[in-house]
Amino acid sequence: MASSQYSKEIIKHFRNPRNVGKIENADGVGKAGNLVCGDLMKLYVEIEENKKGRRIIKDVKFETFGCIVAISNSSLLTTMVKGKTLEEALRLTRNDLIEKLGKPLPAIKLHCSLLAVDALHEAFFDYYSRAKLPVPEELKKDHERIQKALETIEHEHKEFVELEEKLLGEKQ
Amino acid sequence: MDYAATTPVDPRVLKAMQPYHSKKFGNTMSLHSFGQEAKNAVEQSRQKLAGLLNARSGKIVFTGSATEANNQALKGIAFANREKGKHIIVSSIEHHCVLDSARWLQKQGFEFTYLPVDGYGLVDPSAVGNAIRKDTILVSIMHANNEIGTIEPIGEIGKVCREKGVYFHTDAAQSLGKVPVDVEEMNVDLLTACAHKMYGPKGVGALFVKDGVRIEPLLHGGGHEFGLRSSTVNVAGVVGFGEAADVAKQEMKTEPKRLTKLRDSLTKGVLSIDQSRLNGHPTRRLPSIANFWFAFIEGESLVAQLDMRNVAASTGSACSSESLEPSHVLTAIGLKHEEAHGSLRLSLGRWSTRQEVDYVLKVLPQAVQRLRVISPFKGEW
Repeated sequence: MASSQYSKEIIKHFRNPRNVGKIENADGVGKAGNLVCGDLMKLYVEIEENKKGRRIIKDVKFETFGCIVAISNSSLLTTMVKGKTLEEALRLTRNDLIEKLGKPLPAIKLHCSLLAVDALHEAFFDYYSRAKLPVPEELKKDHERIQKALETIEHEHKEFVELEEKLLGEKQ
Repeated sequence: MDYAATTPVDPRVLKAMQPYHSKKFGNTMSLHSFGQEAKNAVEQSRQKLAGLLNARSGKIVFTGSATEANNQALKGIAFANREKGKHIIVSSIEHHCVLDSARWLQKQGFEFTYLPVDGYGLVDPSAVGNAIRKDTILVSIMHANNEIGTIEPIGEIGKVCREKGVYFHTDAAQSLGKVPVDVEEMNVDLLTACAHKMYGPKGVGALFVKDGVRIEPLLHGGGHEFGLRSSTVNVAGVVGFGEAADVAKQEMKTEPKRLTKLRDSLTKGVLSIDQSRLNGHPTRRLPSIANFWFAFIEGESLVAQLDMRNVAASTGSACSSESLEPSHVLTAIGLKHEEAHGSLRLSLGRWSTRQEVDYVLKVLPQAVQRLRVISPFKGEW
């Protein structure tokens, strides 16, 4: 099934996703959703200045609600940006992800690869805003589009969010 | 755990079919003895299937699939009766081959009513009665749903149709051989049957047509199958179907009970997973199908997680469909897009064992947990 339809790289990341989880007190948190299918992703980054004074991604973690491709793309992206400078990470596109996956994605799954890039850009947007640094123009543009999509999807997932809040309430 | 998709051919069926591929290869239309031998085999198979359906009269037309039989029923009735009217009623949870035939017929000028179902997937027989108009020529409601397993009140719906003098068709592809199917008790005029869902070969279906029903063929030619399905008959396939019907009839006394027990332990075990639900009716369902919903996770990923643990299952998630639309059945019973996202169908069959169910109950919670760890819906979104 899954193993014949998708590349080895996808299956590898799906079986054993890297960098799953949260970063407490992250420097930036990004959320993105996919209007096509309703998948959601949350990405955390920890940013540090290196000796040369350049900002690098010291740590990155993700959480994803979605299909095989969405999960494996999330995992793949984290491995590609960890340790990179912000500028390098920002140059990463969905096509880089798709290329890295080897075997072409089924056309219907192409939209899944955007999710991870969106969440990364949102995490950077959050980082720049919190650190009171000037936000690059392209991130601002992305931010508007991603937020709009999220609003729609969050509305669809209202029940999950409420259920989650209720469960958290019971625990406390 | 995916017998609802298709079933393996029963060894008894395979054995019965084998000579008809080589030694007994005759064409049923030939007058010589090879042809007559094939013809007799087809007629015997027809009798066997009639026995399973309790069809004491009427015609059983062998087709190339259940999809073809459903197309034949809808389009054949529509075109033979368009002088009487142009209105047809179907439920909103029919198989795609019925719904897509309906949409095609709408383009040809026919009118359709798509009846809603309740939260369990049940069609209300009185709603059928209310939907019937003067120009209604056919009602088509499936016997049991292939995704959630809910069994429709076919006998009652058939009674309503008969009182109003409207033809009634049921698609029994998923239910035949699993639960008793009786064309007399069900008050049906037409019924679709499928071989590969009941341990017969792929590529054979059948349409039961009650005597006196006005129906046009889809395929014209040599006049095979009472003139309703011209095509050289797939003798080996038909023989397999007949044998499968015979075997199913023999096993009807014990197999549904055995599977119901297995299904119920499966259901009980699965529902002990936190934030899970059963989709479909809790009791009025096929012994073979259980459909679940799990919060916070996506179905295609869950199917893949199970596949990694050597369990074959299926899902109604949009991510797994060609159209990226969630299952129309799950949305018809009231599940929202994102809830259909987290659905899982497990289906049992003739070779399902207690050990297999226990194994699924061991690995399914692990698979669900694994995906929930990755899911952002915990803590705080």
